[in-house]
Amino acid sequence: MGQSRLTRRTVLKTAALGSAAVITAPYVSGVHAAGTLTLGCWDHWVPGANKAFDKICKEWGDKNQVDVHIDYITSQGEKDKLTAAAEAQAGTGHDIMSHRDWNIRIHQNSLEPLDDVIATLIKQYGPISPVAEYLAKIKGTWRGVPTAIGSQVKPCCSRIDLYKQHAALDLQAMFPPDESKWDKATTDKWTWDAYVESAQKLHKAGFPVGLPMGQTSDAVDWVGGLFNAYGVVFIDAKDGIKINSDETRQAMEIARKIMEASPPEVFAWDDAGNNRWLISGKGSGIMNPPSAWAVAKRDNLKVAEQCWTHPVPKGPKGRFVGQLPQFYGLWQFSKNKTAAKDLLLHISQKESVAQLVAASFGYDLPSFKTMYDLDTWKTVEPPVGTVYGYPPRADEETSMFGAPARSEVGAQMYNQAINTVMVSKFTQGKEKLDEVIKWAEKELEGTLRA
Amino acid sequence: MADTVHSWAHALNGIRTPSSAQRGVLRFMRRRSTIAFLMCLPLIVIIGGLVIYPALYSIHLSMLNKSQTRFIGLSNFSFLLSRDTFWMVVQQSAIFALSAVFFKALIGLITAHLINNLPSKGQRKWRGMLLVPWVIPLALSSLGWWWLFDPTHSAFNWVLTGLGFEEISWLSSPYWARFSVILVNVWYGAPFFLIMYLAALKSVPEQLYEAAAIDGANAWQRFVHITLPMMRNIIAITVLFSLIVTFANFDIVQIMTAGGPRNMTHVFATYAFLLGIRSGDLPLGAATSLFMFPILAVAAVFILRGVRKRGKEVG
Repeated sequence: MGQSRLTRRTVLKTAALGSAAVITAPYVSGVHAAGTLTLGCWDHWVPGANKAFDKICKEWGDKNQVDVHIDYITSQGEKDKLTAAAEAQAGTGHDIMSHRDWNIRIHQNSLEPLDDVIATLIKQYGPISPVAEYLAKIKGTWRGVPTAIGSQVKPCCSRIDLYKQHAALDLQAMFPPDESKWDKATTDKWTWDAYVESAQKLHKAGFPVGLPMGQTSDAVDWVGGLFNAYGVVFIDAKDGIKINSDETRQAMEIARKIMEASPPEVFAWDDAGNNRWLISGKGSGIMNPPSAWAVAKRDNLKVAEQCWTHPVPKGPKGRFVGQLPQFYGLWQFSKNKTAAKDLLLHISQKESVAQLVAASFGYDLPSFKTMYDLDTWKTVEPPVGTVYGYPPRADEETSMFGAPARSEVGAQMYNQAINTVMVSKFTQGKEKLDEVIKWAEKELEGTLRA
Repeated sequence: MADTVHSWAHALNGIRTPSSAQRGVLRFMRRRSTIAFLMCLPLIVIIGGLVIYPALYSIHLSMLNKSQTRFIGLSNFSFLLSRDTFWMVVQQSAIFALSAVFFKALIGLITAHLINNLPSKGQRKWRGMLLVPWVIPLALSSLGWWWLFDPTHSAFNWVLTGLGFEEISWLSSPYWARFSVILVNVWYGAPFFLIMYLAALKSVPEQLYEAAAIDGANAWQRFVHITLPMMRNIIAITVLFSLIVTFANFDIVQIMTAGGPRNMTHVFATYAFLLGIRSGDLPLGAATSLFMFPILAVAAVFILRGVRKRGKEVG
């Protein structure tokens, strides 16, 4: 009988091969999970959306004999972020926690690697949105799984009647609810210059567009998209501060023209300010997910019937829409990691995502482009196809203010809203552009602190 | 038999007369100071767990690097001192706290006098009504004020335009926004001063006023030479207490402006929240909030020294 010799070299070789296999292999469900799983989830603002998620989790729990308990935590007053911070510091709490925007990066050292789950999803559905990758893949390791729930982009949501009447633009004809019918020559004309021109006409007619200029995400995201469209880089991936550029000056000029055609209160708006502006009937357009349209459908149907969601304008460097994805993270202190990963995989399946998108009337947006063909965006009304243009289509790309800087630097830039404060200083504060850029350079230096 | 009785008696003696160590413990337990300490122990534990430990932890946190992996001494503090935005926050916090406390004290003093001069029958009703702002949870009342100042649908602006005046950008113009948050703080905090000053006014002996009246003192002279000196300690203590609470205010600014526009309404607490929780830099957030400590400590030392000095003079 032959006897193999176990040497130190063999052990090391086997261990290395084993580790490589674990890292590269796609996640395989170990369905014999059991016990309890607790989830701390973002509390959806759409009535009934939480129930759809409950149902998906319950089905999985029943099938795998796992008792799933979900706590919904509101993002009002950042309560969800406070809870995550407390759990990370205490080293105890839920197994899975939802994380908005930069929270995966913030808690990276307390989160379990999820490369295996992501590898399986990429194999199934293709590449993930670059913004999601920027936010959740840290030093080559995925620390969060992007979820459709609460994830959003902020395209234009405009009044069909007012644009037709006062700006001579037929938005439904430009962006019909079938991408194959979009005419490139026409959509190419939808530029930031064209946007400014239409905004000026609508302002003159007494129905200004309402783009927020406060320090919350709606404002940061649309200004981030505008700056990207002009190729503005605040800090590059190698920590180089690049804000002092011609591109910045061009983008700031566009922002100034838009602010001149906007109501003065935009500087104080929170994320609901632009929604209220559109719903009240005073505004002709905003940049927002379909939440404004959905509330208008409930509170002011006549406005909702005239809303059309369509891509943002294009700039010299492309068409960029602000994206704000949400993620699920698995705490390292979780005692049921196998079951947790299996649940994460289950809720990321296209069938589950379809239910979530339907329950949120198209608000929830998956991070996989291959899922943008779901029926909800085609069928939701009034008018039919109103949110078809919500998922980024054709040449529209997603963007995140802060990128391409290191994500810990980007988080500071985004949360301190350096881009909108710049625009506010220049427009509302009437400060000289060079002084504003100098101020921004100093603030950006601060974000590079180790 | 005799042996048995003897051993029983010995055993009983053992029970009735404790050893010297036991006697010491019993004596210690019977001391009034021990009982007082034991009764205070739950409170000491709560203060230790919810005040002292978090305070020490935040000092520790403020001396770590951004990722909380390395001790960096006072670098976070020196970094903050080099930032223009931080100095703007210092300036705004000082404007916010000093002006709010001044107006709260002034309004409290005037209303306390007005109520004190009312017939005793009506006093209780007015006292109750004027305390309402202080009793409503601040987060709720701030939300109510935010609706009144709403950037687009402000109720105040509705009234102003109805009366033929121009609309005011309450929250979108930085200076009006500062005014608005100070106004809400004054509205909320003035009743505290009112009730404290009213209590102080009631403790001024009536004979002093009678003697002053005989000497021909007018109302202003009575106020300056009798009321104010008799109230000095209570004024100092309420101002100190209010200064601490107002400097640390978070709710009003966070709900109404979240520090905007252009960071021009941030105070220490909201800026610390922005840096620590929203931007994920807990050590820098902790350092920001700790900046309040030396300012308030110096104020407390001076005010309490004055109170003690006057106490000794009276004594």
